[in-house]
Amino acid sequence: MATDLATPPKAAPKAKKPKRADKVPLGTAVLRYRWLYLMLLPGVAYFVIFKYLPMYGVTIAFQDYLPFLGYSGSPWVGLKHFEQLFSGPDFARLLANTLILAALHIMFVFTAPVIVALMLNELRVNILKRSIQSLIYIPHFLSWTIVAALTYVLFAADFGVIAAWMRDLLGDTNKVDYMAQEQWFREIVILQQLWKMTGWGTIIYLAALAGVDPNLYEAARMDGASRFRQLWHVTLPAIRPTVVVMAILASGNLLDSGFEQIWLMTTSLNREVAEVFDTYVYYAGVQNGNFSYSTAVGLFKGVAGVILIFGSNWLAKRMGQRGLF
Amino acid sequence: MTTMTETEPGKQAAVNHNNSVGSRVFDVLNVVALVGLALITVLPLIYVLAASFATEPEIASRPFFLWPEKIVTEAYEYIFATPTFIRSLLTTVIVTAVGMVVQVMLTFTMAYPLAKRYLPGRTLVLNLVIFTMVFSGGMIPTYLVVRDLGMLDSYWALILPLAINPFYLIIVKSFFQELPQALEEAARIDGCNEMGVFFKIVLPLSKPIIATFSLFYAVAIWNDYMSPLLYITDPDKWTLQILVRQLVATDPAAALSQMDRTWVPPEQGVKFAIIVIATLPILFFYPFLQKHFAKGVLIGGVKE
Repeated sequence: MATDLATPPKAAPKAKKPKRADKVPLGTAVLRYRWLYLMLLPGVAYFVIFKYLPMYGVTIAFQDYLPFLGYSGSPWVGLKHFEQLFSGPDFARLLANTLILAALHIMFVFTAPVIVALMLNELRVNILKRSIQSLIYIPHFLSWTIVAALTYVLFAADFGVIAAWMRDLLGDTNKVDYMAQEQWFREIVILQQLWKMTGWGTIIYLAALAGVDPNLYEAARMDGASRFRQLWHVTLPAIRPTVVVMAILASGNLLDSGFEQIWLMTTSLNREVAEVFDTYVYYAGVQNGNFSYSTAVGLFKGVAGVILIFGSNWLAKRMGQRGLF
Repeated sequence: MTTMTETEPGKQAAVNHNNSVGSRVFDVLNVVALVGLALITVLPLIYVLAASFATEPEIASRPFFLWPEKIVTEAYEYIFATPTFIRSLLTTVIVTAVGMVVQVMLTFTMAYPLAKRYLPGRTLVLNLVIFTMVFSGGMIPTYLVVRDLGMLDSYWALILPLAINPFYLIIVKSFFQELPQALEEAARIDGCNEMGVFFKIVLPLSKPIIATFSLFYAVAIWNDYMSPLLYITDPDKWTLQILVRQLVATDPAAALSQMDRTWVPPEQGVKFAIIVIATLPILFFYPFLQKHFAKGVLIGGVKE
């Protein structure tokens, strides 16, 4: 088996002419399809202005960008900002915070929907199954601001529900401020993600489960397989490709801690453990005006993300899975 | 759980449920766990709703309740009497409505030509779109583009940078590809150009999917916190999500002093009430959203 890198299939069929035998000159095509091209124009303009212009804008990571000199006038400084990032005091902390959150995310938030989907799939009563699904999807549609606000009213020291329960339960009269303490930050962030994302995450696995051929279960039953053996030998193998694809997609976001959530949960008291690349970019760039430096941080994160997604796709193929590209 | 009987087979026959003791114990535990999960999901929301109508002493003394002892509306009265809140609510409603229309129009007009396999250059554009899903310029370069366009402190900054969601675009494109071609050809023979076909034939056929993505886009703008945080600095232009943040998480007294105070606010009650107000529209549209989203997500997950 060829073990070369993951890119070729997409690049190979060249974009120029999509399986049309009659090649028409460009001018003729533009004239013939003028309405279609006209309709395409606003959308293309959007992608050029708001997606590709910023991609060009990352060049300021290699400049000392000054707003009044602009992209072309600002002096080039090579890798200065990257050196500053990698040798600076923040990098190790940012990387650690980001990776710890990513690891916890994979351990709990990524796996929870698989487990919940399997549990839902085993429910006998359809009404119950559908009602539970409807309820656990709800948080997906709520904003992170709302989730953070809910966390606040549940965990706050002065009137929070959890603190009150702990006081009653443990007879502890000290007010524990979960929201302000470093030690609770990661637990709370992961709990939020579980609450917000688990239900929604089950959709795709439930669809994969619904597609399993009933004959496989029939055959397994004939062979005397118990429910748990059926789960192990029929259900799990059936959703493995879906899990792999989801894992590849997730790996590209490994360094994406989710700006909104983390930013909303960061306070001056927990900054040491809370600050991740995403929030640091905002902090250094927009708040402190170091545009070039924080663009370099963002670029590092973006490139690492691309490498991760292609890397895990390659890995998935090596392990005999279908992969994404 | 007495609701579970062996005679109730459920509608999907795919999974074999035999009736051994182990199997039944599993069923019971499974139901208990899943019902527990559903409760954990909704109970906080019900508590917030109940607390928003409760008196301050009750919020302070009862750790958790689903129904207030005495129903009061002073938190809502206070909020609705403050100009800051009214302004931010209006802002959010208008930005959401305008944004939704702009985003849906841009997405659908772009998706339609991309659905035409014979269109030269289509694959190139598609690949460029897909590439933006893997890599982006990042927050600061995007911020600089928005700034250079003079859109800081403008409501357009909350709409245009998010005008097309690439995932939605590809889902809509897939949907257009599955429309029967015969209809379009008939219209073309009757003298319609592509624009006419699109507006007279294709869009009317797409009403359900337009409704779906209108809601998706509306929810996204309504819930957006990052764009107003990045692009809006003028407190007069705050959106609801920023206000929620200001009222609940940061020092409420400071945020409230921005609200022209005429009487002493029910401090905790205001927090609960603002959460309810910011959540309510979503929950109102939720049944409509839920009807369509699963399918949308699946097409999005499977294709490309």
